[in-house]
Amino acid sequence: MSEVMTRPDYPVSDCLREERMPHIWCPGCGTGTVLNCFLNAVVKSGIDLDKLAVVSGIGCAGRAAGYIKVDSFHTTHGRAIPFATGLKLAKPELKVVIFSGDGDLIAIGGNHLIHAARRNIDITVICVNNFNYGMTGGQMGPTTPLTARTSTSPLGNTEQPFNVPHLAATCGAVYVARWTSLHVRPLERTMMEALNKKGFSFVEVITPCPTLYGRNNKQPSGLDQMRYYKEMSVIQNGADPKDVGIDLGGKIIVGKFVDIERPTFTELQEEALKRAGKQ
Amino acid sequence: MEKSKVLTGEFFMNGDEALAEGAISAGCRFFAGYPITPATEIAERMAERMPEVGGTYIQMEDELGSMNAVLGASWGGVKAMTATSGPGFSLMMENLGLGIMLETPCVLANIQRAGPSTGLPTAVGQGDMMQARYGSHGCYSIIAISPNSPQEMYDLAIKTFNLSEKYRTPVLIMADAVVGHMSEKVVIPSPHKIVLFPRRKPTVPKDKYLPYQPDADLVPPMANAGEGYRFHVTGLTHDERGYPQDSAEAQDRLVRRLVAKIEQNKDDIVMLEEDGLDNAAVVVCAYGISARVSRYAIEKARAEGIKVGMLRLVTVWPFPDKRIGEIAPNIKAFIVPELNAGQIVLEVERCAHGKAETVLLPHMGGGVHRPEVILNAIRRAAK
Repeated sequence: MSEVMTRPDYPVSDCLREERMPHIWCPGCGTGTVLNCFLNAVVKSGIDLDKLAVVSGIGCAGRAAGYIKVDSFHTTHGRAIPFATGLKLAKPELKVVIFSGDGDLIAIGGNHLIHAARRNIDITVICVNNFNYGMTGGQMGPTTPLTARTSTSPLGNTEQPFNVPHLAATCGAVYVARWTSLHVRPLERTMMEALNKKGFSFVEVITPCPTLYGRNNKQPSGLDQMRYYKEMSVIQNGADPKDVGIDLGGKIIVGKFVDIERPTFTELQEEALKRAGKQ
Repeated sequence: MEKSKVLTGEFFMNGDEALAEGAISAGCRFFAGYPITPATEIAERMAERMPEVGGTYIQMEDELGSMNAVLGASWGGVKAMTATSGPGFSLMMENLGLGIMLETPCVLANIQRAGPSTGLPTAVGQGDMMQARYGSHGCYSIIAISPNSPQEMYDLAIKTFNLSEKYRTPVLIMADAVVGHMSEKVVIPSPHKIVLFPRRKPTVPKDKYLPYQPDADLVPPMANAGEGYRFHVTGLTHDERGYPQDSAEAQDRLVRRLVAKIEQNKDDIVMLEEDGLDNAAVVVCAYGISARVSRYAIEKARAEGIKVGMLRLVTVWPFPDKRIGEIAPNIKAFIVPELNAGQIVLEVERCAHGKAETVLLPHMGGGVHRPEVILNAIRRAAK
């Protein structure tokens, strides 16, 4: 076991912008792990890298697009999904993936998320959820559990958070799954499934943010947060999404919750054209 | 079943419909929008026509989404546009900035109505002219065209798409509710008479391509997604590779070029309509519907023997500083009728350098100037 893996053997070298390393993420952050899982899923799926596009919004996770060596777009805060929608509809042969964070996708981009899911646009969303706004210094957001302390909820959060998989499923996503960044193998498999799923697929990944969120909530290191995931994660494939909300320090239900078939936006448009005799 | 992509012929159509047809003639094959009076007819026409020409129409959840979908589509290699009015224009400002920063060709039409806020949704205004220039945050230059008839809505729609590809930037059509809703004869030429500017494609090997390495005219060639260039682009300040650069030097280098690629090419971009400027004592300087209203007043004044000229700003941004500066020393006054409290008049005044008087005729919108108001201003200025 003394062999060092040399660069040409590094399995995701082909799709990583190595000249941009080191990345900006803090020690203990989970985003790099999620990125690694994604790149492995891409490589193992055998996707043509020239036909893959990644779109990110703003925030810590939003930096991922800049590290992935495919056509990659770092857009504005909350707008990755509509940008990706335009890209996918204009060039349907592209596989389009949105890689962004919970603040970006669920708060400022929430309206776009629900409508892209409703339309069943054929794109994959990877939502890195660290329960707070990391890039701006750890403020509360729409995923922060009740009573959790952040820089803008010093007395403990008093807002009911979104149950993210439930939100995506209710709005019409055809594939919804959740893992933590501890579950690297199942996460990778899930990402491969999501990449191959036709329609709007949504993968939530719970990740540590020890620097800001963990520190204020009795999990001061990345290791503490990973221990929490290990002890409190419960795999429940097929769980009803309405039952997978997360309380502070409570159990985290993970697994694949939704995997259904529904016509995509493009398929319904093609059907309408056929009905009208225009195709 | 597919109808001709260019509807060659003579039509009686409104300005909004003509704009949509102009876009289609220019090769536009993607429209994303959100219904808003008085721009809705553009979306309706596109919903009908896009499927006929093999394009995509999508009605987004708001104007933020619309603008972004247009940018995404453009990066997918398809000519794309959106259309809106005041409140929607405000929402589009955010990602107009992204379009400028990523250097994304696309067209945004604003069929102006009277504001602020919801204002008079069905009535005309020209209150967004400074927003067009400065509405998105940060420092940039922009191209904005102001048609004054349905025919021009058609013709200039083609022109705006060409400018957006040539300068790799979003271009604005700053029309207004009257021009959008009036119906007139529109002549659509045969396709071979329509000149289109194709996207500037990279000429270097794919692994050598830098998305922001400009040509001599400061505009970088553009690869589309899915062509194997595997580029990165970001709304962050970036270098020629498209990679983020966190320094004042990188900011200076990038933003100076973004501004200069438009300002240095003004002679190519600016379109003016001039009439009777030689020996004129007074010049009416106007744009859009206000320029059309001025016509009547100018004819009346000329019948009275007043030497009055017309300078119509077909291109409003970048502003034709040089031409205004040339005219100013030879005349007594510029008359500037606008459907706002005074926006473009500030530019006219700046460029006149005190060599000619500048007379603002403000109108808060909801209607157009009475020609007598303009005629009286011409009479007073000519004395």
